[in-house]
Amino acid sequence: MSQQTYKALIYVTLRPSVLDPEGTAVASGLQQQGYTEVEEVRMGKYIELTLTTETEESARKRVNQMCHQLLANPVIENYRFELKPLTTTVGG
Amino acid sequence: MKFGVVVFPGSNCDRDVAYVTQQILAQPTRLIWHRETEISDIDVIILPGGFSYGDYLRCGAIAQFSPIMKAVADHAEQGKCVLGICNGFQILTEAGLLPGALIRNRDLHFICDRVSIRVETSQQIWTSNYQEKSVITLPIAHGEGRYFAEADTLNSLEKKGQILFRYCTSEGEINDAANPNGSLNNIAGLTNEKGNVLGMMPHPERASDEVLGLTDGLHLFQGLLAEKVAMAS
Repeated sequence: MSQQTYKALIYVTLRPSVLDPEGTAVASGLQQQGYTEVEEVRMGKYIELTLTTETEESARKRVNQMCHQLLANPVIENYRFELKPLTTTVGG
Repeated sequence: MKFGVVVFPGSNCDRDVAYVTQQILAQPTRLIWHRETEISDIDVIILPGGFSYGDYLRCGAIAQFSPIMKAVADHAEQGKCVLGICNGFQILTEAGLLPGALIRNRDLHFICDRVSIRVETSQQIWTSNYQEKSVITLPIAHGEGRYFAEADTLNSLEKKGQILFRYCTSEGEINDAANPNGSLNNIAGLTNEKGNVLGMMPHPERASDEVLGLTDGLHLFQGLLAEKVAMAS
């Protein structure tokens, strides 16, 4: 069975109930630069990884597990991700 | 009573803890590399402060999967004592052995200071050697020590008396001004439901030798020895 390589674009954000002092500091910095229209800034993490699986469903399941187990802490963070198939294929 | 101190790559308070248990309390102590998995000889296992795995991703996030952590979870499951100090506390929350999380300090700064802490109860093994509601002074040194948990978790912790240490004024008052990092309910240290796993941001091992000018932390370790005697008799 052919394998497909995917790039996962993973976004980890603080849950809305968690205060974000870093975001508040950045918002204040922007406002001081004259961007007075800025109301709120929330900081997060962006993670890219590549993985090779047989199906997109399997890639989605694995990345979801990775996020839940390590890449995000569900106590304080939410996550979402996109999968992009890469043109290089392995095996056949 | 035998102490074990886990050494993760990036731990930097491991030797301070071992100094207290071995030199000051004269108890057998073993430094345990994080790749070890056998700790059945240990009574109290301590996860020390530091910056395990460089605090990469989140503090304690990667250390929670070190081989030793399975043994630490079993140790806790058996009802034996587990103490996490500072980074050790962060690792215990990441591993799910304690509820909640420790996130960036409210004012974003790394805080290195001596602070007043109120001992909330003397009914737990960890605090049996303290006066209830007494105010003690302990050092803190962290950038991510703001305790966070969802409201229902917090309510449950309060109701079950799991909060052992709170940041307070020198008079023992709990308020915002005495809260160095923005921890919810001024929480500085708490246990699991059974009470055998304690996580705390302040460093008792840095306040256990008179030469350092503070000895309020020593009672915590001494209390464990007294408990052991009580259990054996």
